[in-house]
Amino acid sequence: MEKMLSEFAVGETGVIRNVFGEGKIRRRLFDMGVTPGAEVYMRKKAPLGDPIEVNIRGYELTLRKSEAACVAMEVKK
Amino acid sequence: MKKFALAGNPNCGKTTLFNLLTGSTAYVGNWPGVTVDKREGTYKKLGEPVKIVDLPGIYSLSPYTPEEVISRNFILEEKPDCVINVVDATNLERNLYLTTQLLEIDVPVVIALNMMDAVEKAGDKIDAHTLEKKLGVPVITVSALKNSGVGELMKRAFEAGKAPRTGVTVLKDTPLSHLINDVKIALEAKGVENPLFHAVKLTEKDELEVKSHSDALKLVDDFKKTFKNDTFGSDFEALVADGRYQYISRNFANVYTKKGEKNLLSKSDKADRVLTHRVWSIPLFLVILFAIFHVTFSENFLFLGGLFPEGWDPLTGTAFEGVLFGGAIYSPGVMIFNTWNDVILANVFGWIGEGLKATGMSAWAYGLLNDGILGGLSSVLSFLPQILILFLFFSILEDSGYMARVAFILDRIFRKFGLSGRAFMPMIMGFGCSVPAMINTRTLADENERTATIRVIPFFSCGAKLPILMAIAGAIALSSGLGSADIITYSMYLLGIVVAIASVLLMRNTTMKGDIPPFIMELPAYHAPRFSSLMIHLWDKTKHFVKKAFTIILASVIVIWFLSNFTWGWTMIESEEHMNQSILASLGQFVQPLFTPLGFGSQLNSYGWVFAVAAVTGLLAKEDVIGTFGTLAAVFVGTIIDTEADGGVAAVQAMISGTGITVPALIAFIAFNMLTIPCFAAVATAKAELPDKKAFRYTLLFWIVTSYVVSAAIYVIGSWWWTSFIFAAALAGVIAGIALYNKNKKLKPQRV
Repeated sequence: MEKMLSEFAVGETGVIRNVFGEGKIRRRLFDMGVTPGAEVYMRKKAPLGDPIEVNIRGYELTLRKSEAACVAMEVKK
Repeated sequence: MKKFALAGNPNCGKTTLFNLLTGSTAYVGNWPGVTVDKREGTYKKLGEPVKIVDLPGIYSLSPYTPEEVISRNFILEEKPDCVINVVDATNLERNLYLTTQLLEIDVPVVIALNMMDAVEKAGDKIDAHTLEKKLGVPVITVSALKNSGVGELMKRAFEAGKAPRTGVTVLKDTPLSHLINDVKIALEAKGVENPLFHAVKLTEKDELEVKSHSDALKLVDDFKKTFKNDTFGSDFEALVADGRYQYISRNFANVYTKKGEKNLLSKSDKADRVLTHRVWSIPLFLVILFAIFHVTFSENFLFLGGLFPEGWDPLTGTAFEGVLFGGAIYSPGVMIFNTWNDVILANVFGWIGEGLKATGMSAWAYGLLNDGILGGLSSVLSFLPQILILFLFFSILEDSGYMARVAFILDRIFRKFGLSGRAFMPMIMGFGCSVPAMINTRTLADENERTATIRVIPFFSCGAKLPILMAIAGAIALSSGLGSADIITYSMYLLGIVVAIASVLLMRNTTMKGDIPPFIMELPAYHAPRFSSLMIHLWDKTKHFVKKAFTIILASVIVIWFLSNFTWGWTMIESEEHMNQSILASLGQFVQPLFTPLGFGSQLNSYGWVFAVAAVTGLLAKEDVIGTFGTLAAVFVGTIIDTEADGGVAAVQAMISGTGITVPALIAFIAFNMLTIPCFAAVATAKAELPDKKAFRYTLLFWIVTSYVVSAAIYVIGSWWWTSFIFAAALAGVIAGIALYNKNKKLKPQRV
């Protein structure tokens, strides 16, 4: 099943299919290792539901929902 | 002297390694134009001294953040003899991403595989030998924390630095390899240095490269027309980043052998379960914050005051009377503050003063040296202990990794104001002292965000402004019977916060428009802060502050002392009762009409200038405002009022009856002092931290205008309540105007 990283529930795991968005934000995502093929584990949400914390390439990354909405994922069972 | 550069991701242990290599020789300097620290030091154990340059922590060599541009320019232009790429072994994949970019530059590179102790402790293994073979540059396993492997690292770096190295790229297996090669050949033909690096960046359509090599860009554009990739179309920037990570995953999966399960809860995760908990994280954060301020500023430590009789002090009669206790146990911060000021500074400056007097110098020279320079210096240096204590606590929070979590917790709220969660820390530090708060804005990545934050930090009323608040609020409560001093003080704090929020919103909607800075950030693993690195932080800050105290602040102190102690006739004022004949007083009378809309201008009688003068002396140090009242009240009651005894309430009362100032005008006066240009120490810090001179000048203007407008509104509305309708209408007009203007602008095509 495909959905955006921003729609992930806490505890879900998936593999990145594609990264959209533009310019600076997209580049920043790439530089932080958010590229197709990487596995992402949705760790938790901040107290107010946003931003989110994910585990990717063995480290903890935080990003906003609006930024996570640029990342297309394949949900892993 | 040979020159080695340290490059690596933030949090890879680069600074620990740097401190280890350079010992006490390090110093901090600013890069031209940007406020990012470059640290330099010398390594001496190689037979010949080697200069070590610590580059800012970066994830990539893209052109989007100042840190990245600085590191890139340093390596390309300053041509270090060797780049030591510090790699966090516990986070190999992402760290090697930067490595693949560094390898494209024609510079010798060695890799310091750091934090190997942590990897081994977890039972994992890294095959450094295979890594070295694949990357083609020396890989040395080290632990900066445990000081192992560092000598070997430096020897290998020294060897590597002897011969030039030609850049290699990991992108040779991607569909872009031919293009990169063609561009590289074209650039080489033009005699461009580092052709491979520039070729790759040009392929990515890097802003900086497109400008400087526009001719070779045609190759890229032509190729682009014929190219189509399934996932990314013809987006080469994405293809390059993807190519790097693909290469890393493909080649280094076997290098790192994990012992246990992948998602095992580490210590960090356990700590995070509490510290970023959905319900408890925010209350917990508030408790930590309160504890820090309590330990630093409270005169009633742990609220044990009730256990002791009033005025209790077991040290009565000793040199430490009133220093450590006073009807309660003082907090460690206050104890250190009092010891520093009442015991150390008072005695040292006292001895110097007596020494000066003993030389039999003229009265004016003595006055200048003792009252002017020594007095001014001691009032500035008096803050040093509490600034450092506050800074120590915040450094611990920063180094331990907790600060990043705070940003995570609070980002949602701050985004509403066009800031990111990171801006919260410096703002809250402002309640203690603006100086460390402004220095802390360095953690903000976005320049607009940094400037906006520095501008509003003084609105978070600092410790030194509290005496003004308390004295005037106390006098208002006593003289007019209106409200209680506590409520007035508290409301003024709130006013500061409201003005800060309103100003940020205003700036982000007018002069500092632009996207809310992105919040894509690493949450580093928690680790105990190291004592030695904390001390190095503090020592850097102390040097910075003391240097300022002896230059810009000293100069200002001398000027104000001179103006307040001399008449136009070039004679010195002998006693303080005659201060109203000073140049400062007449300047005060001259500018007094300016303060008429604020309630303490021409409507007061001929002594009204004292308020104007008090506001000016507040620039030296805000507590001087009340001290000045004590001195100037002599004009009315004949003797100088000691403001130490009652916090200056009596002095302010004397001023009220002497000048006939009204309550709204007094509140406007407090607001003006709170919001206007902060003390010189803070101004000097703002100048150092703001991006350029223009931003600094606008910041000064911003402080003056904001304080003037807000104070005038308070006075006018407080005196004539019905004018609140006019202000409300004007405010609504301004907001509607800005909204309309922004809407119109959005409709027009944007310049890119």
